[in-house]
Amino acid sequence: MQNAIDHIVCGAAICKFYTDETLFTVIEFQHVNKWYGSLHVLRDIQLKIERGEVVVVCGPSGSGKSTLIRCINRLEPIQSGEILVDGRQLSDPRLDLRALRTEIGFVFQQFNLYPHMTALHNITLAPMKVKGLARAEAEKFALALLERVGMQDKAGAYPANLSGGQQQRVAIARALAMQPKIMLFDEPTSALDPEMINEVLEVMTNLAKEGMTMAVVTHEMGFARQVAHRVIFMDEGQLIEQESPETFFKAPKSPRTKLFLSKILSH
Amino acid sequence: MRYQFDWSVLWSGQTGQWLLQGISTTLEISVLAWLLAGVLGTLSGALRTAGPRPFSALSAFYVEFFRNVPLLVWMFFWYFGIPLLLPRLAQDWLFAHGAEFWAGMFALGVYHGARFSEVIRSGIQSIPKTQLEAALSTGLTVTQAYRFVIIPIALRLLIPPITNESLNLLKNSSVALTIGVAELTFQTRQIETYTAKAFEALTAGTLIYLVLCLGLSAFMAVLEKRCAIPGLIARVTPAEH
Ligand SMILES: Nc1ncnc2c1ncn2[C@@H]1O[C@H](COP(=O)(O)OP(=O)(O)O)[C@@H](O)[C@H]1O
Ligand SMILES: [Mg+2]
Repeated sequence: MQNAIDHIVCGAAICKFYTDETLFTVIEFQHVNKWYGSLHVLRDIQLKIERGEVVVVCGPSGSGKSTLIRCINRLEPIQSGEILVDGRQLSDPRLDLRALRTEIGFVFQQFNLYPHMTALHNITLAPMKVKGLARAEAEKFALALLERVGMQDKAGAYPANLSGGQQQRVAIARALAMQPKIMLFDEPTSALDPEMINEVLEVMTNLAKEGMTMAVVTHEMGFARQVAHRVIFMDEGQLIEQESPETFFKAPKSPRTKLFLSKILSH
Repeated sequence: MRYQFDWSVLWSGQTGQWLLQGISTTLEISVLAWLLAGVLGTLSGALRTAGPRPFSALSAFYVEFFRNVPLLVWMFFWYFGIPLLLPRLAQDWLFAHGAEFWAGMFALGVYHGARFSEVIRSGIQSIPKTQLEAALSTGLTVTQAYRFVIIPIALRLLIPPITNESLNLLKNSSVALTIGVAELTFQTRQIETYTAKAFEALTAGTLIYLVLCLGLSAFMAVLEKRCAIPGLIARVTPAEH
């Protein structure tokens, strides 16, 4: 009898695991808090990002946007709460951090390409060293990625000889080289001259259309309107508002969001 | 009585032979010590910026120790001190097989490794932290990120201060004379004693060091051009000593 109950309980647990939203939630913040010394940079963050969802994060400078997304691949540790990526707890001491990071592509504001390597080698490094791909195979894949970001002609160029927009596109290709399930962008167009912003946004828009799960810190409100499924507003480490783009821009609830939007949309 | 010049002592017979041997020993001890210093310096410089606590502390100790001990004392230590710790048989074998050369080489390499370490550390620290993060975010380990990204960039930026330290090492190899290594300075002194032609012998010594050092500088300048990272001109000032 006891045995039968065990079976039922166990069956229910398994059943719960498969039917629960965990299957669709790729990133989850549970009451996350983070401090830099005495500075409370993330305050009780609760957030879920679903598979295939594109989430834009905006907010004033210093509000904790970068910190928020850097926690997702554990570039920054958190002090309390929990973050789950694909159901894995980032606080788990047995977590395979390398495996996790290969599933998450990260694109930086300052590109951070390896200056001593060509565009092609920037992309092949991780597949060769982490996945153990042979050079020929890695290069073939890298060339396909360069084509995807419209940079196939610049495979042999060094970063310093590329424009900002071109460097950022190579950086996106490098992040895609490990075939991640999630892509994180930290102000990918903020360091670019205005005429280069669109070429990068275009690559990102295509990624979104292909169904990539994306969290994008950006102030490009056009991108947020057209591509995002959800817009998140942060201020002073708090997640103030998360809405669909329509609601976010037409009818923001919080006065802080309204103030922010009036500043950023006025020019 | 006026001093009679006889420059032929530099190339004729026994004394000419000594000079050649001196040059060759100086090059041998310098190259080996340079390799040792390069490995020790790169490792400890890198560990100081990213190593686990005990390793970075050990590296810091290494650097501070050699910053504060004269090379001469350290060389005596290796030649007169260290062998005493070895079994009698090993001592005899060592002294029969050029112990002074190996003691001198180790002393020189370990001493300059500490100085290389500071150069490498300052170079690594001049590279933005986000460069490392970019590598880590693709799944590379810290060790791989250092090996393929951080250290290759640092070494290229550091060619000028490394040249400086390499010249110091080459010149400091003359200290090995004090423990009886028959290097260039030792041989010029020997020629001088044997022929009483001090001026010729010391002129030769001076000029040979000059040529070796200028040659090394020229080589490093070519290397710097060949390895230059396109568009990167950042320079790191050599560590203060
Ligand atoms: N490594 C750090 N050490 C100390 N304070 C930091 C560090 N990184 C960021 N901060 C501080 O944390 C706050 C949030 O930073 P950040 O997440 O970069 O904001 P945002 O990306 O929204 O501009 C800021 O006040 C910033 O000064
Ligand atoms: Mg930021």
